[in-house]
Amino acid sequence: MKIYDGKYILIGLLVFVGVITFPIWFNLGKAAPPPEPKLDTPVIMQMAQKQCVLPREEMRTGHMQILNDWRTQVVRNGKRMYVAADGKTYEMSLQNECMRCHSNKTQFCDQCHTYAGLKLDSTPYCWTCHVPPKETK
Amino acid sequence: METNRRDFLKIGGVCALGLGSLPVLNAVAQNVPKIMDNPQALTAKRWAMAIDVKKCWEKGKPGCKDCILACHTTHNVPDIGTLKEEIKWIWTEKYENVFPGFESGNEPHDIREKPFLVLCNHCANAPCTRVCPTKATFKRADGITMMDFHRCIGCRYCMAGCPYGARSFNFRDPRNYIKTELNPTFPTRERGVVEKCNFCEERLAAGKIPACVEACAAKALTFGDLEDPSSEVRKALGAQYSIRRKPELGTLPGVYYII
Repeated sequence: MKIYDGKYILIGLLVFVGVITFPIWFNLGKAAPPPEPKLDTPVIMQMAQKQCVLPREEMRTGHMQILNDWRTQVVRNGKRMYVAADGKTYEMSLQNECMRCHSNKTQFCDQCHTYAGLKLDSTPYCWTCHVPPKETK
Repeated sequence: METNRRDFLKIGGVCALGLGSLPVLNAVAQNVPKIMDNPQALTAKRWAMAIDVKKCWEKGKPGCKDCILACHTTHNVPDIGTLKEEIKWIWTEKYENVFPGFESGNEPHDIREKPFLVLCNHCANAPCTRVCPTKATFKRADGITMMDFHRCIGCRYCMAGCPYGARSFNFRDPRNYIKTELNPTFPTRERGVVEKCNFCEERLAAGKIPACVEACAAKALTFGDLEDPSSEVRKALGAQYSIRRKPELGTLPGVYYII
C-alpha cells in the first residue's frame, strides 16, 4: 500500500503527537512537592497536649466549614465562645484565636492553599481584611 | 387495625417522651462542642449614647480629637485624604449640617460654630438595614446596627438610605492608608465594602465600653442601656433636655445630643 505524500504525513503526525503530549513530558519528574503544613510555632511547641478545637482529621477536612460557622455565630448571632468537647473554651476568632497558635500563616495556611491552586487574592480571601500575625523569617 | 382510646393514649405518651428526651440528652451530652455567649460581655436591651456638647466644648482641650483618634486606632480606620473617599466612623460637623431645619440663625455663637460629634445613630428603625439586598447590615437584638463585611457586595444602597451620612465606601484598598498604628486584633476592610461605626460591639463582647466613651477625658460621652432606668445614659437624659438628629424621619436614633 502506498500513502501519497507519506513522508510529510508521518513527519506531520510526529510533530502533532509531540506537541499534544508536550505537557506530559515537559513536566515529567517535576511534581510539586506535597504540602507539609508546619506546626512548630512557639505557642504550639509549649503546649503539653497538642490539640486543636477538633481532632486533626476533622480540622483538615472541615476547617473551612468551621470558620464559616464561627463567622456566622460571631457576626450575626453575637456568640463568641466555643466550648470544645474536652471542655476547653476558645474565642471564635480567626485573627485572634486560630492565629494565636498557628502564627505561621505562610507555613501553615498558604502551604496547602497554594498547592491546591487557591490563589492569595481569590479564594480563600481571608487576609484581604483579617490581619495575619507578623512572621519572623 | 382497630385503635381504642387506651392504645392511642399509650402511643401518644411514648411519642411525647421520645420527643422530649432530645433537649435532656443535649443537656447531658458532654462530648459535643458548644457555642455560647461570653459571660463577661456587656449586654443591653437597647444600647444608646448621649453626647453632652457643652461638656465636650468646655471641658475638653481646644481642638480635642481624643475620641476620634481612639476609634480610628481601635478599628483601623484609614485616612484616605480626600473628601469624596473619606472613611467616617466618628467625626465632627457644624450645627447646620447636624440639625438641618433646626437652625434659626440666632443661636449662640458656640452652637453655630463649634464642632458637633457625629457617628452612626444605630436607629431603632434603621433605613440602611431595610434597603440592604444581602442583609449584610442588620439590626442586632441589642439595638446595634451591625455590618457583616463578609456579605457586603458594595452596592451602596445603605449609603443612599442613611439620612445621616454615617456610611462610607471603600473605593480603594484601605490598608495602605491606615495612618494610626495597626490594631492586630481587629480586621481592616477591603476595597468594595461599606463601613461605619459598630458601637464597639467587639469591645462590648469583651466587657469593655466603646473606645470613644473611654477616651473622652471630659466625660462628654455617656453610653448605656436605654431600657434600664438606672443606666448612665438614662440618668444623663433624665437630667437634661436632649434632641436627636432628624426625628421627623422616624428612624428613632439611639444617639442623643444634650445641648
